Amino acid sequence: MAPHGDRSTTGIGSARIDRRTLLKSMGVGAAGLAGIPLLAACTGGSGPSGSASASTSLTFGSGSSDDVPKAAYKAVTDAFTKKTNIAVATNVVPHNDFQNKIATYLQGSPDDTFTWFAGYRMQYYAGKGLLAPVDDVWEKIGSNFSGAMKKASTGPDGKMYFVPNYNYPWGFFYRKSLWAEKGYAAPKTFDELKTLCAKMKTDGLIPIEFADKDGWPAMGTFDYLNMRLNGYQFHMDLTAHKESWDQKKVSDVFDTWRALLPFQNPAALGMTWQDAAISLGAKKSGMYLLGSFVTQQFTDAATLADIDFFPFPEIAMEGQDAVEAPIDGLLLSKKGGDNQAARDFMAFLGSADGQNAYAAVDASNIATVKGADTSKFSALNKKCADTIANAKSISQFFDRDALPAMANNVMIPALQGFVKDGTIDVKNLESQAKALYAAQ
Amino acid sequence: MSATLPKARRVRRLSTPDKVVLGVMVGVPTLIQLVLVWIPTLLSILLSFSRWNGLTLSDIRPAGTANYDFVFKDSPAFWPAVQHNLLWLGFLALIATPLGLLLAVLLDQQIRGSKIYQSIFFVPVMLSLALVGIIWQLFYQKDNGLLNFLLGTAGTPQAVDWFGDSSVNIWAAMVAATWRHAGYVMILYLAGLKGVDASLKEAAALDGANAVQTFFRVVFPAMRPVNIVIVVITIIESLRAFDVVYVINKGTNGLELISALVIQYLVGEGQSIGIGSAFAVILLVISLVPITVYLGRTFGKEGKA
Repeated sequence: MAPHGDRSTTGIGSARIDRRTLLKSMGVGAAGLAGIPLLAACTGGSGPSGSASASTSLTFGSGSSDDVPKAAYKAVTDAFTKKTNIAVATNVVPHNDFQNKIATYLQGSPDDTFTWFAGYRMQYYAGKGLLAPVDDVWEKIGSNFSGAMKKASTGPDGKMYFVPNYNYPWGFFYRKSLWAEKGYAAPKTFDELKTLCAKMKTDGLIPIEFADKDGWPAMGTFDYLNMRLNGYQFHMDLTAHKESWDQKKVSDVFDTWRALLPFQNPAALGMTWQDAAISLGAKKSGMYLLGSFVTQQFTDAATLADIDFFPFPEIAMEGQDAVEAPIDGLLLSKKGGDNQAARDFMAFLGSADGQNAYAAVDASNIATVKGADTSKFSALNKKCADTIANAKSISQFFDRDALPAMANNVMIPALQGFVKDGTIDVKNLESQAKALYAAQ
Repeated sequence: MSATLPKARRVRRLSTPDKVVLGVMVGVPTLIQLVLVWIPTLLSILLSFSRWNGLTLSDIRPAGTANYDFVFKDSPAFWPAVQHNLLWLGFLALIATPLGLLLAVLLDQQIRGSKIYQSIFFVPVMLSLALVGIIWQLFYQKDNGLLNFLLGTAGTPQAVDWFGDSSVNIWAAMVAATWRHAGYVMILYLAGLKGVDASLKEAAALDGANAVQTFFRVVFPAMRPVNIVIVVITIIESLRAFDVVYVINKGTNGLELISALVIQYLVGEGQSIGIGSAFAVILLVISLVPITVYLGRTFGKEGKA
C-alpha cells in the first residue's frame, strides 16, 4: 500500500503493526518519560554505516515495505545496478516505523538516499539541514519534469532536494455500471453534487462513501472544500500557518461541508478506507472521495475495470484547477551528499527508464516523469495521469503540507468531532496551531 | 582493650570481597533506577517547561508554563481524557475487581473442574492488552461481529458500531479490559483465600455465622494484605490503561486517555516534546497520589510494629 496506506492497513493487521511500532518506539528508552535525547543515537542505526564516499556502492533506505512497492523498488535498484554496475544495498523498514523514526534516523546514520514525500514534510527536514541539496541531479533530469513537479521538489532555501517518483490523484471514485444503470452523471458544480446526492439517497444508496476511523481520510474532503472555496494559495498558507484558522474563510469550509454531512456514510468513524472501498465495490454507496490507491482494494479484474472517477466539483474559486496529488520520491541524506553514486541513483529514478522499471511492477500509481511508458496504462490510469498533467496547482494532502503535529494531533480529532456532530471550534484550532507551530 | 576488640573484629568481618559484593548489589540497582527512572523523570519535568522539536539539543528553548497552558486551556482532548481515566478507575473498582473476587470465591469451593475454570479465566491475563483489543474487535465489529450477530442486528442499519460510536466505545473498551483484569484479581484472591486459616472459618461457623457473614466479617478482613495489593493494582491499571484504546483507534473519538495523549505528542513525526512531557508530568503527579498513600500505609504499619 504505497500511498496513504502508511497509516491505514485493515483492522487486525494494522493493530499488530501499530503495536510493534509502538513497542519499538517505546524502546527508545522510556519515551514516555522523554529519554529520547539520551538514546537517540541508538535508534537511527537501521542502515549500515560507512563507505559513504566510495562511488561504487550506495545504501538506500526504503519505507515502502508492502509487497508490491517493495518489489517495484527492487526492480529499480536491479535496473540501476545492471546499467551502471553500482551496487545498491537496500534497507526496507516497515512504513510506520520508518515515518515515526524519521527524525532520529536522519540524525543517526541514515542511508545515502531514502524514500519520502514532497511538501512540508520534506521542506521541514531540508530547513533543519538534515538533507543534501541535489541541484546537480536536477540539471540532468530537470527537463523530464513539469513546473509543478519542480516546485514541489524545491526546499525552503530555493535549492532542489527531492526527486519525484510517482503520484496519485484524489477524486470521487464510482462504479460505471451502477451509474449507467441509475442514469447518474458526473457533477461539475457543488450544487449538482448535492442534487446528485439527494437523488442517490432516494435510490437507497449511501451517496458519499466515507471512512474516518484512522482520522486522515477526512482531510481530503477538507482540503478540496478549502481549495475550491478559498483557492490553492490559501490552502498552502493555512497549512504553513501563515493564515489564521480563526477566520470566516475557514468557518465557510465547515459550513459548506455541513451540507454534505447528511450524505456521507454515518458509520464512517468505525470504518477504515478499506471497509469503505468494499462498500463501494458492492454498490452499496454511490461514490467515494479518496486517492486512486482505492483501486488496490479491487482485486477482481472485472470490478477494477468498472471503476472511474471525476474530479472534485467547482465551488467558488479556480474551477477544478487544483488537484490533490501527493508525490512520493527520494531524498538525499546529508551523509549521502558525498556519495556520487547516490546522486546517480536519484538521477536514474528521475528518468523514464527508472520510473518505467518501478511502474512495471506497481501499476497503481502514476509515473511523474515525462515520456514514461504509458502503453500499459488502463483507461483509469490514463485519466489519472491526464488529471494531474492538466492541473494548474497540485497540493500534497493536509498531512504532507502541514506540520505533522498539527495534522495528527489537532486535525484528526477535530475532523472526527466534526464528522460526528457537525461542530467545530475554529478558535480552539487556532490556539492549538499557535502553540504547535511555535514549538518547532 | 577487651571491650574494643570484638567491635574491631565485627568490622573486619566484612572482608574486601564482601564489600565488593555489597557494593555491586546496592550499586547496580541504584544505577539502573537512576538511569531508567529518576533521570528520565527529571528530564521529563524539565522538558515540560520547554519547546522542542526533538531534533538537535540546541533547538530546546524555554517555554515557561506555555505547555501547561496548552494542556489545560487549548487541548480539547485533555479533560475528556481525565474523565475517561476516572471512569476507567470506577469501572474497574466497582465491576471488574468485585467480579474477580466473585470468581475466586466460587472457584475456591472445591467444585468439580475448578482448575479448568481457573485456567480459562486466567488466560486473558497472559495476553497483552493489545492482543485483547484485537480479540475483542472480532467480537465488536459492526457488520460481522459476534455481538451484533447475537443481538440480531448484524448487517442492518440498527447495528451498533461498538468501537466507532463515541457514546458506547469507552464502555466496550472497558468491558474488554475487565475480561483481563477480573482474571488477574481472581488469581490474587484465590491465593489469598488459600492463605486464610481454616480454623477462623470453623470458629465463625461455631458462633452461628452464615456463609455470607463468615465471608464479609471474617475471611475478607483476614485478607487485608491482598486487598491492599488489589486496590493498588486497580488504580495502576486504570492509570496505565492504554493498549486497548490504542489498538482500537489510537485514543481518539471518545477513547481519549491521558496515556494515549502522552504517546500522541511524544512518539512519531507529530512529536511536540514539550507538550507531551507536560502530559507525562501530569500523569506522574496523578500516579503519585495512590503510590504515596500506599507507601505511607505500608511503612507506617512497619514503623508501628
